[in-house]
Amino acid sequence: MSSTDAPIVKAEEVEKYFGSNHCLRKVSLEVQRGEVVCVIGPSGSGKTTFLRCINHLERIDGGRIEVNGHLIGYRTKDDGTLCEDSERNIARQRTEIGFVFQRFNLWPHKTALENIIEAPIRVRKVAGAEAVAQGEALLARVGLAEKRDAYPGRLSGGQQQRVAIARALAMRPALMLFDEPTSALDPEMIGEVLEVMQELAKEGMTMVVVSHEMGFAREAADRIVMMDDGVVVEEAPPAEFFSSPREPRTQQFLSKIL
Amino acid sequence: MHALVAALDWHLLKERIFNPNHAFAQALIRTVVIAVLAQLFGVLLGLASALFQMSRWRVLRIISYFYVLVVRGTPLIVQIFFVYYGANLLLGFDLFPRAVNFGVISIDGVVVAGTVALAVNEGAFMSEIIRAGIGAIDRGQMEAAKSVGMSYGLAMRRIVLPQAARVIVPPLGNEFNGMIKNTSLLAFIGVYEIFLDAEQGYSVTFKPVEYFLAVSFWYLVLTTIWGLVQVQIERKLGASDRAEDEGWMQRFLGITAHAHQR
Repeated sequence: MSSTDAPIVKAEEVEKYFGSNHCLRKVSLEVQRGEVVCVIGPSGSGKTTFLRCINHLERIDGGRIEVNGHLIGYRTKDDGTLCEDSERNIARQRTEIGFVFQRFNLWPHKTALENIIEAPIRVRKVAGAEAVAQGEALLARVGLAEKRDAYPGRLSGGQQQRVAIARALAMRPALMLFDEPTSALDPEMIGEVLEVMQELAKEGMTMVVVSHEMGFAREAADRIVMMDDGVVVEEAPPAEFFSSPREPRTQQFLSKIL
Repeated sequence: MHALVAALDWHLLKERIFNPNHAFAQALIRTVVIAVLAQLFGVLLGLASALFQMSRWRVLRIISYFYVLVVRGTPLIVQIFFVYYGANLLLGFDLFPRAVNFGVISIDGVVVAGTVALAVNEGAFMSEIIRAGIGAIDRGQMEAAKSVGMSYGLAMRRIVLPQAARVIVPPLGNEFNGMIKNTSLLAFIGVYEIFLDAEQGYSVTFKPVEYFLAVSFWYLVLTTIWGLVQVQIERKLGASDRAEDEGWMQRFLGITAHAHQR
């Protein structure tokens, strides 16, 4: 374990290509423990790709990412070069990192509770009764105690996303990543999901949120990161970011969405 | 018309259907056991082949590709002959001796050869079905499993394959329906199953119509029973979306309506 004042996420000059498309260009970012960082920017700016790199859902082509002091996805060989880490180690690292997907990705053949307790039981080897108790508590926390035995197909989008957040929290992660968690939702369901996220932020969870929800960014974020064309354009606390953006590209982007 | 009806030996037909002799009963059991085992091993072979095909190792993908190409591209009857006689002719020894011992039970070598041939053939078809089934599952399902720390194997077993099974079972039902009937080809290497039983009966009595009508009836019984079993399996797999349930009769008829594709 690293000391508590070390950054929980430390990304240095991350590079990512999709074929000839240079998607991330030397992206660096540090996130402190307990911090809530919102990543915004036009679509295609690489913000989702960057988020996916943090738990190695995408393989990075250059630079390095550390979470909790551990290099993500790669290990250092004896000669100092990097090679991709074993599947086991990558899987273990991911248990520390919760990920919430734009399209929820709940497992449709499992009930809400089963979705939540699957990984604690199978991966963490938590005893069944204990996992169920914890799962029920998490469902209550996201306001869905009564949906315990409902299959995802019977839940609204907002409810599904809340179950998905509970599923990620069940692994007791040190860090939560949100990939546009409200973009696939009907407008009237966005509020219930943001509420859960705001609650989480208040409780001190470290969060990196890719989102277009400027209201959430303004209220819950400690820092806003603006990305465009694969680079971090600007980062600042929300008050400063929204009132006096420095970069022309940020100004241009904000004028379009506010 | 009248002449045909008069020529039918109704008594023999009735006997063959409602009161089959001991030899037939044994042949029937042999037919069922061979079909079930060949299908079971075919599914396992198909699963292995499908996973090979999705592997990041090129060698495995190539092995799977040629297995499917060759087996799907040649006649089953040729494969059966090849498996039974081929080893002897090519390698100089009998791959399947007269009797193969599995612990306490001893099985005719020809039955083992026939089962192996059917399983190898079935594996190639199942490979494609399973590959398509897995491919039909959204990539996000695997990603969600990985994001909570599951390994590829665990995610396959717990998340992807159970969902793929719902896509795989209907065509698998067709496959097994075909398998039941394909066991009849083993008559040509001398496996005493119900088709060979019928053929031998007819060659003694010269009453082909009665024997082949009766054996057709028995194939129909087997495939009908399987159709009912399949409905139950599909109902069980579809537990998470009960509202779309059409009622078993409708589904059963729906299935039998396209069960003869093979």
